[in-house]
Amino acid sequence: MDELRRVILDYVVKEYLEEGDDREVVVDTPLITGGIVDSFSMVSLKRFLEKKYTIQIPDAEATPTAFDSVERIASLVERIRGARAGA
Amino acid sequence: MADAVEVEQGCLARVRQHFRQELDGLRNAGLFKEERFIHAPQAADIEVEFPAGATPRQVINLCANNYLGLSSHPEVVAAAHAGLEARGYGMSSVRFICGTQDIHRELEQRLTAFLGTEDTLLFPSCMDANAGVFEALLGEQDVMIADRLVHASIVDGMRLSKAMQDTFKHSDMAHLEEKLQEHQDKRFRLIITDGVFSMDGDLARLDDIVALAERYGAMVFVDDSHATGFIGKTGRGTHEQKGVFGKIDIITTTLGKALGGASGGCVSGRAELVEMCRQRARPYLFSNSVPPVIVAGALKVLELISRTTERRDALEENTRCWRRLLTEAGFDIKAGESPIVPVMLYHAKLAQDVARDLFAEGIYVVGFFFPVVPKGQARIRTQLSAAHQKAHLDRAIEAFVKVGRKHDILNKSKKAITERYGL
Repeated sequence: MDELRRVILDYVVKEYLEEGDDREVVVDTPLITGGIVDSFSMVSLKRFLEKKYTIQIPDAEATPTAFDSVERIASLVERIRGARAGA
Repeated sequence: MADAVEVEQGCLARVRQHFRQELDGLRNAGLFKEERFIHAPQAADIEVEFPAGATPRQVINLCANNYLGLSSHPEVVAAAHAGLEARGYGMSSVRFICGTQDIHRELEQRLTAFLGTEDTLLFPSCMDANAGVFEALLGEQDVMIADRLVHASIVDGMRLSKAMQDTFKHSDMAHLEEKLQEHQDKRFRLIITDGVFSMDGDLARLDDIVALAERYGAMVFVDDSHATGFIGKTGRGTHEQKGVFGKIDIITTTLGKALGGASGGCVSGRAELVEMCRQRARPYLFSNSVPPVIVAGALKVLELISRTTERRDALEENTRCWRRLLTEAGFDIKAGESPIVPVMLYHAKLAQDVARDLFAEGIYVVGFFFPVVPKGQARIRTQLSAAHQKAHLDRAIEAFVKVGRKHDILNKSKKAITERYGL
């Protein structure tokens, strides 16, 4: 697992799993549809990514589908960083 | 002209087809909600027609928010009648144009005294109070930090505000403290919680929350809809129970549960905050006043519960008894002290099947499952009332045991239930 995915995975586990919740979360675990993260609490994840990687995730792209796994989130971050680097 | 009609019909046909498919999807997923028709005033014993067209049958009601049994209390009904005669049926106006009667202000003052705050503003419902309060008080420089299990109306209200949103794990004070530290650069920090959480029935740790708020310079907001009138020794609410009476900056609550159960809600708290809601909260500004008949009924409710704690004491006793009966019978319940007693079944279909079988046994309860509660946390939420007699609870536990045996869930752990039924 690369650094980006590791950072996001660690944040998800720390921020969203309640004490005693022993569910295993891996990069393709469904987060929103799996009931681990809901759209209400998702905003802190978006803000964390924006701060950590100095990016802006447009609200239109911060969808439950785009945030449904660590893998999808990482792809979104990579795409936004790539677009910025290429600009 | 004929073409226009055809286009319109084509559009309507597409709309109908779209929503029929959506509705079929809900039915197929087992998420379709059906109303049950009650042929009686709200009470512990009611006559219910379900499914639609069936002969109404007598059942024990274990799912109303009629905590104090005042929804159909003769004195409340008589006061409502008198209010109807004295002040009419409707106001035909919002409050600030020509919709405020003397009794609206009287009720606000009585609620202020009861809740131990500085001022109160009535709203058409607590849903409206929650929809209006955050947008009226907070701006871009501020942050709202909410418990993750707050009521849906709070979530909606927060979304209408320009303030930054954040959340903390349910009742996790260490996580809340982290968030308060993170947001020290904001102008105002508002901690947001339910007093009693509607699905789990547990109480917010308001004593700890107030201590953190004082340490980190934050305000505290509590929706006490499932507490006002009966939680705390004199029924003032969760802040009384947790020893922080007078220390909550904003309380929202409802007249639609323990306080007569009709409708209406309020924002109560620091005088300047309430006044700003009077100036800016859109559901207050743009919807009609609470009808006089409800105001008159609510005034009588406050009089009754200020006179004696008899009803909240009876509710407390019923709660203790029902929790004991369920535990002794081998049901897995959420521990707590509130009259919301969730019977955990974990599996959505099992919760629906148990509720259906209980109805057949004359007990009216409803199964709750995702998205109302987290996935794998399906349950039946039972709710006690001061109107329940011991005989109601004895009959109810008999039915629960019979249905529990049928589904083999008595004395079974979560692991055993989920292994058999899945999550």
